[in-house]
Amino acid sequence: MPENRAMNADTRLCLDSERSQDAEHQVAAIEVVDIHKYFGPLEVLKGISLTAHDGDVIAIIGASGSGKSTLLRCINMLEIPSSGAVRVRGEEIALKPDGPGRRMIADRRQIQRIRTRLGMVFQSFNLWQHMTLRENVIEVPVQVLGQSRKAAIEAADSLLERVGLYEKRDVYPAFLSGGQQQRAAIARALAIKPDVMLFDEPTSALDPELVGEVLTVIGDLAREGRTMILVTHEMGFARDVASRVVFLHQGVVEEAGDPVTIFSAPRSERLRKFVGSIR
Amino acid sequence: MTTEALETKPGMTRLVEPAHGDAIGAWLRPHRVVLVLIAAGLILLMVLSMRWDWLPRYAGQLCLGLWRTIWLLVASVALGFCFAVPLGLVQVTGPRLLAWPARGFCTLIRGTPLLLQLWLLYFGVGSLFPQFPAIRDSVFWPYLREAWPYGLLSLTLSFAGYEGEVMRGAFAGVPRGELEAAHAFGMSRFTALRRIWLPRAFYRVLPTLGGEVILQLKSTPLVATITVVDIYGVISHVRQDTYLVYAPLLFLAFVYMGLTGILVMLVRFLEKRIPIPGA
Repeated sequence: MPENRAMNADTRLCLDSERSQDAEHQVAAIEVVDIHKYFGPLEVLKGISLTAHDGDVIAIIGASGSGKSTLLRCINMLEIPSSGAVRVRGEEIALKPDGPGRRMIADRRQIQRIRTRLGMVFQSFNLWQHMTLRENVIEVPVQVLGQSRKAAIEAADSLLERVGLYEKRDVYPAFLSGGQQQRAAIARALAIKPDVMLFDEPTSALDPELVGEVLTVIGDLAREGRTMILVTHEMGFARDVASRVVFLHQGVVEEAGDPVTIFSAPRSERLRKFVGSIR
Repeated sequence: MTTEALETKPGMTRLVEPAHGDAIGAWLRPHRVVLVLIAAGLILLMVLSMRWDWLPRYAGQLCLGLWRTIWLLVASVALGFCFAVPLGLVQVTGPRLLAWPARGFCTLIRGTPLLLQLWLLYFGVGSLFPQFPAIRDSVFWPYLREAWPYGLLSLTLSFAGYEGEVMRGAFAGVPRGELEAAHAFGMSRFTALRRIWLPRAFYRVLPTLGGEVILQLKSTPLVATITVVDIYGVISHVRQDTYLVYAPLLFLAFVYMGLTGILVMLVRFLEKRIPIPGA
């Protein structure tokens, strides 16, 4: 879509409301086409394709080392896939060769613009420790998207309210529990009004008693129809909120389908074993 | 009271400094009272038993000397830090073409005495300049004839060399995840450096930097050896003029201690502004 290519982040935000009627949105929000990823001689992803349409909640599950985090990180090019393509709303992220078997970002402006549509939530929160929660949430809207500070603060406060951290808005992340930090990180990702939310094992670094509060927030987002791709170990949660579950095994999509089928009637032996071992 | 309440909470480290009222209370603890009394006694003994009649006569020169010391310190620290940031940065991320010279510079500066660097610049390079008519006719000549530019330059280079090394460690020590988050939200490399990497690194090494600035203060008297009359230079004159041994030196010690005290308070103030425990 050429006109999409020309759009900058600001106009895109203005169009948010018209989005649902727009014909353009027949195009998949995210399309991953046959990506391979090597770390040295090790092939971590062996030809994975994945499509997320608007409103999809895709849960990626699999054992440690199955490549699920790498797959997620390839979507916003935190890892550059060795081959294959990633399209965000039909626009392919341009890559160019960088030595034998390696590629690099071809157009920094393009990737920066595309990344502002993808709200990423990390396993280890990665809040900026020298900023208060509110400063963390307004940082990207003000510094990258060019919003006014006043508008950004208003939006940030309502997002922090929403994740139950309004009272903590002037606190530095280090003084908060993991669950609170992760909820703040979700608010930070929501602040850019992303097309798609990417969650990279958002509860794996949390103490068991803190997992619930984060899952509640993510569950609410899923129910309000947000497009999300979620790497998780929480099988119960995946079954509840996902519209589709993808099971990765050694860099290959072993099985994919709706959550009921995946968890109740897995076809592959490996998935059966995996689901069994998790419980 | 607040202090006790915080300390007795199990499992909670003291994150908050005691309130203002308690700070006075802390000074009234018996051992502190005794120490303060001993210090006051020593000062009284000095005031009564030594000759201080030279002080008013040299007051003007002393003020000028003090001003020169402070000015040299502030200017060399500010300029030196501006050099130190790129020196540290290229050693962490730069291409080898830049990283190697930067490492070489830091090693050279840290490996030789400041006095030697100062003399090489002033007596070595400085004495070459007059041989070139082009330099003698240039607008810089009035400055190059003075001694203080050489003092300032060598103090600046020295601070840059040491702090370049400190900043290298500081940049390398910022958690990767926080930088990754900056990139994942579409920040350009420059924005990520300006908003996240540099401030985060700076606050991490603030205590170290504070110590280095205090060391730098204690390096400034070396400029007296190239005829820049700082506070140390003035006191030397006083000693030559009056044949007094102890009083001027003790006075000098008090001046440096006073300056150090002010620096310590400044650093504390900065550290308190952004409380990052354990970072």
